[in-house]
Amino acid sequence: MSWNSAAEFFAMGGYGLYVWSSYGVTAALMLAEPLLARQRHGQALREAEAQTFTRETE
Amino acid sequence: MTAQPLRFFSFAAPSRFYALAGRLLPLFWVMAVVLSAIGLYIGFFVAPTDATQGDAYRIIFIHVPAAWMSMLLYLVMAFWAGIGWAFNARTAAMVARAIAPTGAMFTFLALWTGAFWGKPTWGTYWVWDARITTELILLFLYLGYIALVNAIDDVKRADQAGALLAIVGSVNVPIIYFSVAAVSLKNKSAKISTTAAPKMASTMLAAMLIMTFAFWAYAFAVVFMRTRTLLIERESHTAWVAQVVERKIPG
Repeated sequence: MSWNSAAEFFAMGGYGLYVWSSYGVTAALMLAEPLLARQRHGQALREAEAQTFTRETE
Repeated sequence: MTAQPLRFFSFAAPSRFYALAGRLLPLFWVMAVVLSAIGLYIGFFVAPTDATQGDAYRIIFIHVPAAWMSMLLYLVMAFWAGIGWAFNARTAAMVARAIAPTGAMFTFLALWTGAFWGKPTWGTYWVWDARITTELILLFLYLGYIALVNAIDDVKRADQAGALLAIVGSVNVPIIYFSVAAVSLKNKSAKISTTAAPKMASTMLAAMLIMTFAFWAYAFAVVFMRTRTLLIERESHTAWVAQVVERKIPG
């Protein structure tokens, strides 16, 4: 273990800015992408449902 | 109904692919989360501080996996786009489209994390060397592919034009991969393996490889999600999609 405290961990030996800028943006994008994909899937299902309903009632 | 014999292309049928991908999704998400947790734990708490680069080197655990995925996904995208074009296979063409945004994201992340690694180790965020420049071209190829397939209204023609761009552009991938030799003196990963003690290198390598598998599982999951969405959007007139929305097939 390289760290004696949480502060030391976040400082990353003086490279905190570079390390956390890299990890932060990576985490943000890799969380946002699946959420956007799920949102679009729900939308596609709702539109398909509306289409099916229209066909059945015509 | 008699059971249909399972052939090589059985899962290429949109309804089959939709159901299979839906069943595999939880598996890939669990793999992505568990492997990320293990990889990050080893990367931050087991792997020691590098003798020459300090803790800045820890960016390697996301930088290299993102760079590898950016290249691999491009080749996989070109492959499925080509299959879709050659055999008029609808699902293959949709897989190719589903890969593009994820590939573009990993390419951006490879450039972004590379810049934040380059600054403390080389003293600059950016240099126009062969590898970084060709990786930037890879990003433009992904964005060009996405723009092209969305600009053409006729879906089949859009897929064909996209396939042509993807296949021609794939010549860029070996250039990125082999351009490491041209900058080997200042290559970051080479530096780590030559200057660090063997035991240090093994925990660093383990974290890097585990993170690569985590990103790989993530890519599978999100590409399957997007392919399923495209299947619903494109096949909304079919009976199987009607069954999906009526919850007869797991949605």
